[in-house]
Amino acid sequence: MLDETFTGLPLAALADAALSRARELGASHADVRIERHLTGRRDVRDSRLESSSDDTDLGISVRVVHDGSWGFAAGITLTTQAAADLAAQAVLIAKVSAPLNPRPVELAPEPVHTGEWVSSYTTNPFDVPESDRVGRLVQLSDALKRQSGVEHTSVACMYVQENKFFANLEGTQTSQQRVRIQADVEAVAVTDDGFFTMRTVAPPVGRGWEHLTGEGWDYDAEVAELGTHLAELVAAPGVEPGRKDLVISPTNLWLTIHESVAHGTELDRALGYEAAYAGTSFATFDKLGSLAYGSPVMNVTGDRVTEHGLSTVGWDDEGVAAQSFDIIREGTLVGYQLNRQMAQEKGFGRSNGCAFADSAGHIPLQRMPNVSLRASSEPTTVDDLIGAVDDGLYVVGDKSWSIDMQRYNFQFTGQRFYRIKNGRLAGQVKDAAYQATTTDFWGSMEAVGGASTWLLHGAFNCGKGQPGQVAAVSHGAPTALFRQVNVLNTDQEGGR
Amino acid sequence: MSVTTWIDEALAGASGHGTVVIVHDSTQANLRWANNALTTNGQMHARSASVIALADVEGGIATGCLSGPVTQASDLADLVRRASELASASVPGEDPVDLVGAVVDADYTAGPEPTSIEVLADVASGLGRAFDAARAADHLLFGFAEHVATTTWLATSTGVRRRSVNRGGTLELNAKHPDMIGSAWVGRATQDFTDVDLDEVHAEVVKRLGWCETRLELPAGPYETILPPSAVADLMIYAYWTMNGRDAREGRNVYAGPTVGQTRVGEVLSRLPVNLWSDPSEPTLPSAPFAVVASSEPGLSSVFDNGLDVGRVDWITEGRLASLVETRAEWAKSGGSGSLPFPTDNLLCDAGGDASIDEMVASTKRGLLLTCLWYIREVDPQTLLLTGLTRDGVYLVEDGEVVGMVNNFRWNESPVDLLRRASEFGRSEVVLCREWNDWFTKTRMPPMRVPDFAMSTVSLAY
Repeated sequence: MLDETFTGLPLAALADAALSRARELGASHADVRIERHLTGRRDVRDSRLESSSDDTDLGISVRVVHDGSWGFAAGITLTTQAAADLAAQAVLIAKVSAPLNPRPVELAPEPVHTGEWVSSYTTNPFDVPESDRVGRLVQLSDALKRQSGVEHTSVACMYVQENKFFANLEGTQTSQQRVRIQADVEAVAVTDDGFFTMRTVAPPVGRGWEHLTGEGWDYDAEVAELGTHLAELVAAPGVEPGRKDLVISPTNLWLTIHESVAHGTELDRALGYEAAYAGTSFATFDKLGSLAYGSPVMNVTGDRVTEHGLSTVGWDDEGVAAQSFDIIREGTLVGYQLNRQMAQEKGFGRSNGCAFADSAGHIPLQRMPNVSLRASSEPTTVDDLIGAVDDGLYVVGDKSWSIDMQRYNFQFTGQRFYRIKNGRLAGQVKDAAYQATTTDFWGSMEAVGGASTWLLHGAFNCGKGQPGQVAAVSHGAPTALFRQVNVLNTDQEGGR
Repeated sequence: MSVTTWIDEALAGASGHGTVVIVHDSTQANLRWANNALTTNGQMHARSASVIALADVEGGIATGCLSGPVTQASDLADLVRRASELASASVPGEDPVDLVGAVVDADYTAGPEPTSIEVLADVASGLGRAFDAARAADHLLFGFAEHVATTTWLATSTGVRRRSVNRGGTLELNAKHPDMIGSAWVGRATQDFTDVDLDEVHAEVVKRLGWCETRLELPAGPYETILPPSAVADLMIYAYWTMNGRDAREGRNVYAGPTVGQTRVGEVLSRLPVNLWSDPSEPTLPSAPFAVVASSEPGLSSVFDNGLDVGRVDWITEGRLASLVETRAEWAKSGGSGSLPFPTDNLLCDAGGDASIDEMVASTKRGLLLTCLWYIREVDPQTLLLTGLTRDGVYLVEDGEVVGMVNNFRWNESPVDLLRRASEFGRSEVVLCREWNDWFTKTRMPPMRVPDFAMSTVSLAY
């Protein structure tokens, strides 16, 4: 059910005032967003509450197309006069922009939608008593701190309630509420050889507080093993660099998908709109339908409908209904992420619903849906994949990541790298990173695990655009097997 | 009624151990362009408050930190009330100290100082000329210009009444050949755009794009490399962000000493006379002369320090690590004395060099000249090993001249180790960093020559 403290705002009246003014001033398109974002953060260090904050962001914005140019204005005053004034300001900015805009903006058509949508969760974290919230985090910290070799602990938890109201001149009017949560627990060992860390691999999800109490993830079980994982890392030998077969868990592979596939198939990047900031893409538009992105077992979808997905919505920030679509089919690029302007510009007919703004104060950009690698229809297990490797590594959990501005060259580390010897795990190694070119890497994917290996992971903090915006997004993946990927020893890389 | 009246009324109604109120009134205007056309642009206004309420609870003092939009006096009063309720329901936090004592700025009651899209008028007209020229010369322009003006009022139940105005603008201009392979970037940091000449910036980026007419390929490996001030800024900012004194004493960062409880303060990091400091009173890069902390960051900043006078802090002096970041509580516990080493949001570096980049190029037999570093991420916190890419112009220098562009590289380097290995620093200048300019725009840095910068692999990206 939508939060009544949001729906109690004069949403329709504000939208009517802004849209009417925009129409009077000659706008061919106008939309209004009223958004409220509640964000809670709690940090516990060595079982003491170190930092806590609750933030509210509430505002209204008007976006118009006037004489073929965009105009945008945003404010915080929720009166009908202020809303109408914002519309006038947006039209004025569109007029100023017009001489610098040689191509008139056109938007792909979208049916009119009205309705309400609420994401799938049980307990809103903001409804949990503060003592219970902090108490649970301290409990996890205590459980970790008791473990042998753990010198320090930290627990970081962030939870969000997002409410969006959208209306446009075409008649669409929608209200939505999404809840999401992320919690990371980390152990630190300080030794004569330096310090080492080990963090939980629990995913951020579109769930409520139940995520921390056993629904969808077992934090107690994972924390109970963290000290053992850390002790093994402290004692582990350095990885031998070179080309190796990798079996990669979805707790690590989600980030590789995010960086090398999901960002690489954003059409705004391919068309150059992000060229000076986030970058472009090697997957240029002329390669649609022909680019060999990966091996034939690579099937990637985009969607805004997966339950508990961080990018899951009812409608996007241009009023387009949530959809699912193919991005890579049997290794070939077959689709891009779109907004209404780009869908029209490139003849797709309809947007696939990938517009998002992180607040009323920002302009909607083409942002990522949930982008996921499909599991095999065969019941392939993690053991099956490890069993197919004579000499390689099994990679668990994400850590450091970096990729270039065309989404070609990347380097990732992880929480744990296990050596695989003759089809069996043979203990952790440390200081490992894998480095590859996107198409080579995905081309080397020999097998994907079955549904039992598939996990929805993701991030709260995907950055893009100027001014910078942050989006939460999920990526599902099975465990997968890659052949002969370049592995670095980071200690040797940094040593002189 | 003014914002400061709202604040005074809200504080008068506050209860508990103590209260801090911070109000930001922020306006911003921006222009963005791609493919020789304006894409998005807008003007935004926001006013928000952060309230830190302190409450006596069993076992100590708890804090409640709330932030939210403020459009009227009752919004702020409500925020103070809810923060107090949150604090009362919470558990004791770490290391509370007394709030800072009374101090009142003379301009405290002055109103907000906004900006508007008009501040970018000259940029917009310059862009029109630049787009025409780019179309005629068959190249493409991309970029972003933004101006932000934020007025901050900070008040506490202990009598602190402070105000500061932060104005800052950035301009980034990227030029590309139609095949998107040749690419050049120029950035500017400014307070008000009166010192930004778009025609000059365009001429500079076109000159650099001209260096891309000759395209060469080089393999990975160590290269003598000249890092321009923008790239040095991105590296030194990361080194600065990591200067957490408590983490160092706990053995948890690159500044940790040989045993737990010790740090590397006093150790020589560079054989060159490198000075690295922050200073809110620096005329070209002004910042708030007092601590503003909406929520604590472990070991780096504490809400209890709000309103405290902050001044110049020397982080590295003549090549020697001089200070690490502390909160008042940690500073006292570790035996610190004197001014608190608080991390102001500007960073300056000077190593006594006087050579310009052109002069450093002229004195190079064979090496690389970079433009930007990109997608910088930490690989190993123990050594502060970072990875990243080169971007928008890697140029080969031979016999003192740029002879062409080369491919991009992935690199793996530690800024702390680069200080040790640097063989020359040039003339320091106000510069816009590339990677971190969403958050950090106030830097003055010199170019740096490294005899063996580690290019780990070739990137196919342009």
